[in-house]
Amino acid sequence: MIGLSHYLTLSALLFALSIAGIFINRRNLILLLMCIELMLLAVNFNFIAFSRYLGDETGQVFVFFILTVAAAEAAIGLAILVVLFRNRRSINVQEMDRMKG
Amino acid sequence: MLFHAILFYTFAAILVGAALGVIFSRNPVHGVMFLVLAFFQSAMLWLLAEAEFLAIVLVLVYVGAVMVLFLFVVMMLDINIERAGDGYTRYWQLGIGIAGLMVFELIQIVLMRGRGADSGNGFAATPEGYSNTEALGAVLYTEHVYAFEIAAVILLLAIIAAITLTMRKRPGLKQQDISAQVAVRAADRIRVVKMDSERPDAGSES
Repeated sequence: MIGLSHYLTLSALLFALSIAGIFINRRNLILLLMCIELMLLAVNFNFIAFSRYLGDETGQVFVFFILTVAAAEAAIGLAILVVLFRNRRSINVQEMDRMKG
Repeated sequence: MLFHAILFYTFAAILVGAALGVIFSRNPVHGVMFLVLAFFQSAMLWLLAEAEFLAIVLVLVYVGAVMVLFLFVVMMLDINIERAGDGYTRYWQLGIGIAGLMVFELIQIVLMRGRGADSGNGFAATPEGYSNTEALGAVLYTEHVYAFEIAAVILLLAIIAAITLTMRKRPGLKQQDISAQVAVRAADRIRVVKMDSERPDAGSES
């Protein structure tokens, strides 16, 4: 039977994969944004599984709001990315040392 | 029930594979495509968990809008793939180690805490005639109506922020400035000169 623990395990796997993606990525900023999207997806999995387990729709309402905030975050993040690329001609993570102390 | 389990494991395997593809793809366009695949598989899994509304929202809003936005930006930026694909950080072993530790601990917690409870079993069956969309709407528009309106404001904020960040005025661009046109006064444009009248042929007569 597929139950709560299956969904939680899958969500843990997904979250750890996206953490690893943020750690090992040295190429570009878009990949970081995509890993953040994956992390939010993993969190949404937890909310949905628990909402179904407890029979309470509030968890799904939370997922709804997380999707809203994630969409806003993606829009603003990509706008910043475009401005950054326009100024620096690069979105390489390593080259972002302008604010180094 | 066996069919249900087969579906779950299939979708979960494709989801994990797609996440690996996102992390390890050299080309960002491929990465976005893998992310789309991951979102589709998640929508399928949410359908299995009987969260139909959110599954459809994930496909329509996320795959349909946010991922397309990602694709637009990736294709617009003209990233140098050859240079972009050069290796990983110094700490990639550490990163994979931390990720492995995290997944081990989280699964331990899930298994330990779920041993006594019935979390390993399937979800309780929903009552007859239950509609996920209807139940969600009934909660969303009554208990959480303020949060709903704040979410709308957040989306408006995102629109304004994205536009103000990316809009630029090109120098030397000729365009209409309507407020300046409306605010102009007659005194700014024409100069009324007072002078005595004189005959044009006054000089020749004398």
